[in-house]
This record gives sequence, C-alpha cells and structure tokens, in this order.
Amino acid sequence: MRKKNVYFLFVILSLCLIVVSALSILYGSKSVDMETLFDALFTNKESFSISVVQARIPRTLFGILAGASLGVSGCLMQSITRNPIADPSILGINTGASLFVVVGIAFFSISSPSQYIWLGFTGAILTAILVYGIASVGQSGATPIKLALAGAATSMALMSLVNTIMLPNSQVMDSFRFWQTGSIGGAKWNMILVLLPYFILGLLLSFYLSSSLNTLALGDELATSLGINSKKVRAMAAFAGVLLCGATTALAGPIAFVGLMVPHIMRLLIGSNMHYLLPLSALGGSILLLGADIIGRVIASPAELEVGIITAILGAPVFIYIVRKVKIRSL
Amino acid sequence: MTDCLYAEHLSSGYGNHTIVKDVDLVLPEHKISVIIGSNGCGKSTLLKTLCKLVLPSNGAVYLNNKDIHKYPSKALAKNLGLMPQSPIVPEGITVADLVARGRFPYRQPLKGMSKEDYQIVSEAMDMMGISDLADRCVDELSGGQRQRVWLALALAQDTDILLLDEPTTFLDISYQIEILDLLTELNQKKGTTIAMVLHDINLSARYADYIFAISNGKLLAHGTPEEIINEEIIREVYGLNSKIIKDPITQRPMIIPIGKCK
Repeated sequence: MRKKNVYFLFVILSLCLIVVSALSILYGSKSVDMETLFDALFTNKESFSISVVQARIPRTLFGILAGASLGVSGCLMQSITRNPIADPSILGINTGASLFVVVGIAFFSISSPSQYIWLGFTGAILTAILVYGIASVGQSGATPIKLALAGAATSMALMSLVNTIMLPNSQVMDSFRFWQTGSIGGAKWNMILVLLPYFILGLLLSFYLSSSLNTLALGDELATSLGINSKKVRAMAAFAGVLLCGATTALAGPIAFVGLMVPHIMRLLIGSNMHYLLPLSALGGSILLLGADIIGRVIASPAELEVGIITAILGAPVFIYIVRKVKIRSL
Repeated sequence: MTDCLYAEHLSSGYGNHTIVKDVDLVLPEHKISVIIGSNGCGKSTLLKTLCKLVLPSNGAVYLNNKDIHKYPSKALAKNLGLMPQSPIVPEGITVADLVARGRFPYRQPLKGMSKEDYQIVSEAMDMMGISDLADRCVDELSGGQRQRVWLALALAQDTDILLLDEPTTFLDISYQIEILDLLTELNQKKGTTIAMVLHDINLSARYADYIFAISNGKLLAHGTPEEIINEEIIREVYGLNSKIIKDPITQRPMIIPIGKCK
C-alpha cells in the first residue's frame, strides 16, 4: 500500500468524522440548525434548542471515544489472537461486565448508571485477567489459540450465570435489558470524565505498541529473534484492548460488530501495518458508531433505536461477507 | 572482536521431556556449520535453544562469555539472528515493508526509519536480488522468492551470527541450491557465522565447513564434512546403510543410500 493513499484515506476519514459529528449534534427527534449550534458552542444564550444541543454534545463526544476505542481494541485483539474474526470482547469482557452489572442489580439493588460503570468496568477487567490467566497455563504461555478458546469458554460459562440470575426475576431483567442493548444516549459529562483517563491510557499504549505488534505479526519465533518479548507485548496489548473496550462497555453496554468490522475493512484497504491500521481503525470506529447512532435516532423518531441494534443490523451482512470471502486467512 | 556463540552442558526440552541432552559445542566463527540428524533427534530444538526460543533446563548458551538470557532482548537481536522454518507473512505486506521489519532491534518506539535503516534495507534487497520486487505483495511471490525475502530480512537485521531452521524445506532443487549459494555469498562477503539445520546430507557436505551430527539429543560427532560423513557415522545417526563416494564436482563426500537395495 502506498503511503500517499494512506494519508489520503486519513484525510477523507477525518472529514467524514467532522461531518457525522456535526450531524450527530444537529439531528435527532428535534433537529436544530447551524446557527443554534454556534450559539450553543460560543455564546451564553439560552433557549430550548440550545439545551438540546448541549445535551447532544457529550453524547457525540462519547460516541467518538467509544467508536475509536472499539475500533482500536478490535484491532489489538485480532492482532494478538491472530484471529481475523476476533472482536474486542474475545477475552470475555462483555459477559464479565454483564455478570457484574446483573449481580449488582439483583443482589445490591443498584440502579444508577454511574454505579453500572464501575460494576461493568471491574467485571470486564477481572474477567479478562481470569481468561488471560487460564490461557497462560502451560509452558508456551498465552498463545493465540489458547487465548481465543479460554475467552470463548469463559464467556459461555459466565453467560449461563447471567441467565441464571436474570431469568427468574423479571424486574432484574427489565433493568438489565436497558443496559445490555448498547446505547450511547445515557452519556453525561461526569461519566465521560471518569472514564477519560482509561481511554487515553489505552489509546496511547496501543500506539506505543504498534511497532512491536508489527514484529509479533511475523510469528513468535521470528519476533523473539528480533528482540521482542512476545509474552510481554501480547499481555500489554491485551491490557490496552481491555481498558478501551471495558470503559466503553461500562458506560454504553455491549456494542457489537464495531470492533470486528472496522479493523477488517481497514485491513482490506491499507494492509496490516499497525502504524496505519490503529489510527484508521479509530477514525473508522468513531464514524461507524456515530453514524449508527444518528440512524437510530432518525428512523425511530421521536423515540430512538439503541446504537447496539443498528450496528448489529449493519454488521451482520458484513460479517457474512467476511466469512464467505475466499481469501480469508489467519493473521 | 566478532561474536562467538557456544553452549556448555546444554540440556533442554519441552515440559518434563528432555530433548537436547548435555551438548557442548562452539560455533566456528565466520564459518558455515550444519546440524544434521534424524527426524525428532533434537536438532531443531538445539537450534532454538541456541537463540533463546527454548529455555535450557541445564547448562547455558553463551555469546561472548555472557549467558544469552542475560542480554536485553534487543541487544541480543543485534548480534544473533534466526530464520525460523515457517515465519508468518502478514496480510497484504510488500517486500520492502517486510524486509524493513528486520530493523526492529535498532529502532526507537514511535520513531520512523532512519536514513541508515533505509540504506541497509535496500542493500539487503540488492544482495538477495529482490530489489525489483520491492513494491510487490509478498503473498504473490513464489516459494523461492519468498525465501529470499526472509533472508533479506535476516540480512537487514545485520547480525554477526545467523541461525537458520531448515531454510531449504519446501523448495525445489534449483531454489535449494540458490538459497545455499546466497548464504555462502553472505558468509564470504560479510564474514557472517552461519549455523543451520539441513535434512539433505549431500547438500550439507557440499556447503558446510563444519558439521554437527546429533543422535538422540546428544552431540555424536563434529568436524569437517570429510571427518563426519562416513558410513559408520551415517549408520549411527540415521540407522541407514550407505556408501560414501566423492562428489565429482566439489570433491566433498557424497552419500549413496543402500536401504533394502541389494
């Protein structure tokens, strides 16, 4: 892939992101015009439209952060598991977060979103550590295939626990269902600020690791001979991916397909060099998530469809395309 | 001073299963050494233990009198390189990008390639005769061309010692000769110490300055091809009756297997 094309794509996607961000603030069950947007951003005027805009700004900002995080996280997970259809939740992050949230709702009567965040985040991190620990048993350490298997097995076990707690209790089911569909509508400034350090740490760590991940992609033996500590790099990349996906899931609930689709599409366009793939997956993830969120708001107006539903509707055909694609290979 | 790699009382294996047993060896500097032995005798494991891929269970491997496990990993990677048997080609990567990854031990995180890096990468591609393939995708290349790309990567890594795990597997006879000729050229031009595992005894005898014969995890014999390739050692290493004649081209020993032929 020529570098010029990569930069071209970068510029195009940046422009797209600016456009969808503006649309995300302007459109919804009540649409506003550009003038109101400027008033809301740069003046102290007050009106109903301006407060609508002000409420949409954190949602949009969180959409950008969450989309970028899922894109990058998917990229990292596909890289460390050498699995082209890995998504950010491959280490059991989503089911771990679900279990903690459902336990919180059922046994500790927790009902406020800011408490869900911590439950979800803790559940995601602890589950990822557990999965990584299981995969590390044995002499060769956490190999790609062991990681994927341990993640799948743990997810299934935890999901059955989630169902055991949730199904007999319709009240728990109702509260949990709201969290589980995946929505960025509930994002408030204070929640974003709480999670912001984890987003930043995760993104910086990913970009720092891009050279090492490129080298690791040549296989563990060659990577070791080139001076990579493959266990350490894989663990650090998994940690960054878990932070990013865990922080997103904690606030928004599980959002499917973004982390799976975006890195895959970017890899088709520009190849597998992580220096380009990571930032472009971040951009692509933001665009997709915001776009899906806008569609959900517009087609169901005046109510809204959660973004997780839209990404799944968009994602399923893409997934089938990927699976059917003859050229699919392991990484 | 150039780099000297040697092993003392080296044992290693996987889990509780010891494969390499109490091997002492010194790689002759600036020479081409070949490790031979039957399938499963431990020659690949020995090679991998020599470059940190397998942990020794006993004894140690030393580079310039220092245990290789005590080197920082990037520092070791500047002195000791390995070309594995089946490295992975990342999807959609070009030849030039792949060769450039050999510069990893010399690069700082988050920094691009320096002028010197580009220079070394292009020299490596020149020497392997793949400069005109620089912008091609590695997926599209033939097996022989691919192997030259991996060699160029090893060359870009710029180490004094290069280990290779069966570099000629899966190649037809003309590519096998081509790769071994390139390695000989590398050895002669840059004085690189080369050690590799080969299956073909005749090619080993032809290209090696020095041969290590492994049997059942132990170093059975070592010496020049003339000292090692004889009917007795071949019988001990491979359990095969054979007749040794002189290669009419190089005058090196050459094996004619007998097997069940009368």
